[in-house]
Parts: sequence; C-alpha cells; structure tokens
Amino acid sequence: MGEVNTFMQSIPLEYFIILSSVLFSLGVLGVLVRKNAIVMLGCVELMLNSVNLLLAAFSAYNGNSDGQLLVFFIMVVAAAEVAVGLAIIAMLYRNTRSVDVSIFNKLRG
Amino acid sequence: MDQFLFFLVAFLAVASAVYFVFAKNPLYAILSLIVTMFSIAGMYVLLNAQFLAIIQIIVYAGAIMVLFLYILMMLNLNKEDESKKSGTLKFIGVFTAGLLLIGILGVFRGIDQKHVVVANVDKGVGLTKNLGRLLFNEYVLPFELASILILAGIVGAVLIGKKDL
Repeated sequence: MGEVNTFMQSIPLEYFIILSSVLFSLGVLGVLVRKNAIVMLGCVELMLNSVNLLLAAFSAYNGNSDGQLLVFFIMVVAAAEVAVGLAIIAMLYRNTRSVDVSIFNKLRG
Repeated sequence: MDQFLFFLVAFLAVASAVYFVFAKNPLYAILSLIVTMFSIAGMYVLLNAQFLAIIQIIVYAGAIMVLFLYILMMLNLNKEDESKKSGTLKFIGVFTAGLLLIGILGVFRGIDQKHVVVANVDKGVGLTKNLGRLLFNEYVLPFELASILILAGIVGAVLIGKKDL
C-alpha cells in the first residue's frame, strides 16, 4: 500500500472503455442473432461482465473502492438470476423437448 | 510490457467472445465463454483488483459456468436443434449491434478525463482488506439483503425445477 500502480499510467482509461463496449455489443449481438435459450442466457452474462469490467476500471482509476463493491453485488444478483433462469429453461425443455426460443410462444396473449 | 499484457488479455477476451457468439455447437460456445471469464479475471489482476479477480474465478468461471455446462449436458443438445434464422434477420441483428457499439463509443468520447488523476491513486484500492472493511461497515445491510436474495433464488430454482408443481 502507498505506492502507485504503474500499469494504470501506461494504459489510458479509454482502452478499458473501448474493450468493455466491444464486449457489451457482442453480448447484444448474441441475444439478437442466436436462438438457443442457454446461449442467450450466456450472452446476458457477457453483458453483465463487460459492465463489471468498466465499473472496476473506473473504480481503480479514481481510487475509490465503492465501485468494486458494486461489482461484487452485481455478481451476487447474476448468480441468483442464472440459477432461476436455468431452472426455467430446464422446465421448458421438459415440456417441449427443445430450447429453441422461436417455439416458446406459449405466453403469447 | 504493460501495454503488451493488456492487449494480449483483451485480444483473448474479444476473440473468445466472438467465438462464443458464432459457434454452432452450444457446448463449445459455453467453453469459449469460460475463457472470456478467465481473461476478464486477468483484467482485474492488471487493475490490481485482487478480490474481484478471485471472486470472478470462483463465482463465474467456477460456479455459474459449471452450472451452464451441467444443464447443457443434461439436456443433450445437438447442432441441429437450433433452427436457422433468415439472412435478413441476421443482418438486422449485426447492423443493430454495430449501431449500438458506435453509439456507446460516441457517448464515452464526451467524457472529460482531466479530473481522473491516476498519479495519486493508491495501490491498495482493490485489496481484500479494504473491501472487507467497507463491506462490513457501510454496506452491511445490502450484504445481508443479498443473502436473502440468494436464498429466494435457491428456493425458486428448486420449486421451478420440480417435476410436478
């Protein structure tokens, strides 16, 4: 403690912004293009991770620990979400023998 | 050296994410997503956020991704199970995601980075000691609420997954 991380002086914050923007857009692309429900859930995870990376980068560059705790809470919520989401997908597979979202139109009003 | 490490890890993350989105076999897609999670953990190490790096490996690469793989193997999917989307729909998807990327980058270009003084940043920001002290003093109520949320998630998953409700 006390000394400064030299890595942050050689890498500008913009690089992290660009990297996490690319990862977030890839997650959106996956949700739009794929039809497999499990892969779509994984794309949501990818988006959450890109936002986590951005939060951690801003927190580290500003010298404030609060952002990194927010990342911790996002991970907790993501874990609960994945448990429930995968249970729902397993139930849908048991009823329809498929995880293709294009045939999940049972909830149509 | 720092720049080389950053670009290596960033390339690994983006390449495995691209493979994850476009791989035909869902098993390979999820395995590639695990590589992305590990490279994001590497990013946390480079940012000196050691607590987040360990949590990323334990929770994401170790628990969530294993849950994905377990469900995927339980359902025993094949390459043919996913119906094809038409070419126009795929093109619209790629076009929309590209527009989103350009939009996000355009928004972030307006950020004034002058007030981010990296030179004065303490190295101990992401250490477990600091984060734990913060977590159990100021953020102890959200921490306890998160435990209730996890409990509700577990009970909900068991209820949904039961054979006959």
